[in-house]
Amino acid sequence: MHDGLLIVTMAVVTAFLRFLPFLIWNGKRKTPAYILFLGKYLPYSIMGMLVVYCLKGVQILTFPHGLPELLAVVAVILLHVWKKNTLLSIIGGTALYMILIQMVFI
Amino acid sequence: MQWIKIVLKKTFPVMTGYLVLGIGFGIVMENNGYDLPWVIAMSVFIYAGSMQYLGVSLLTGGASIIQTAIATLMVNARHLFYGISMVDKYSDAGKAKPYLIFALTDETYSLVCTGDVPEGIDSHKYNLLVSLFDHCYWVLGSIMGCLLGTVLPFDTTGIDFSMTALFVTVFVQQWMDNKKHFPAITGVAVTAICLMIFGADNFLIPSMVLITVILSLGRKFLEKGEKADA
Repeated sequence: MHDGLLIVTMAVVTAFLRFLPFLIWNGKRKTPAYILFLGKYLPYSIMGMLVVYCLKGVQILTFPHGLPELLAVVAVILLHVWKKNTLLSIIGGTALYMILIQMVFI
Repeated sequence: MQWIKIVLKKTFPVMTGYLVLGIGFGIVMENNGYDLPWVIAMSVFIYAGSMQYLGVSLLTGGASIIQTAIATLMVNARHLFYGISMVDKYSDAGKAKPYLIFALTDETYSLVCTGDVPEGIDSHKYNLLVSLFDHCYWVLGSIMGCLLGTVLPFDTTGIDFSMTALFVTVFVQQWMDNKKHFPAITGVAVTAICLMIFGADNFLIPSMVLITVILSLGRKFLEKGEKADA
């Protein structure tokens, strides 16, 4: 019973956060220019934020000093600048990362 | 059927990531004595990866409802950001709008925020399919994890890097498509600095506040070149 309530709580709070901006700026009133401005430029910042968020667990001070992550991220960047193929960049980077942590940095 | 193929291809990176992370979640739930109905309920209705992992410890640790609500607010506050930046794009999405909003995870956001819609598909239909497919991958992954447990044919250690790779790819694509790098640099720099100052558990909210403040301060500078670009 209590477990069920906790799951409902997590679901409701998560949905609340996702819905809140849309409830405030629901299209009935004109969306303020400031929000349109944020809407235009935030995605670039958010994507940078998410990259750092994904790498938050990397321990630089202990072996392997974040090297697998660094090398794999660089590989993704180079692959993408070179071929501009999303799928290739992701598969290439992930495969390299798996090889690095399973076979090289052990 | 053509567009199903297109959406499958577009969402493929999310599929690999979600199956792997979903399987991981299913295994953790199973190991803690929660069977299939619990796993499905969480993946369908919460549908937030890192929150669900934390949710397992909240459940097993006997957290209170208040503690759970606060933890969810802290971990998922970043979703406010996605909403703010999609208010305009989803404004005329019609009947599908509530679902589009509900299903706006990190990964789905990274696919729909670019506004990069394949030719020949209505943008709302495309966004709906992307959201729905991603949701299915996540639920499917967690079911597989719960049922299959640790019986996997090969060593998948590290495959969750596909999520990081997805975000890096979108970041690079946005960088190449745009002359103004100030927002992108702000995002990386501010978050990295906040991570160092506040630590891995508390850095997201300060990062979000600071990013908003810095972008707002730079608004004049950002909008100055807009007419020239157009």
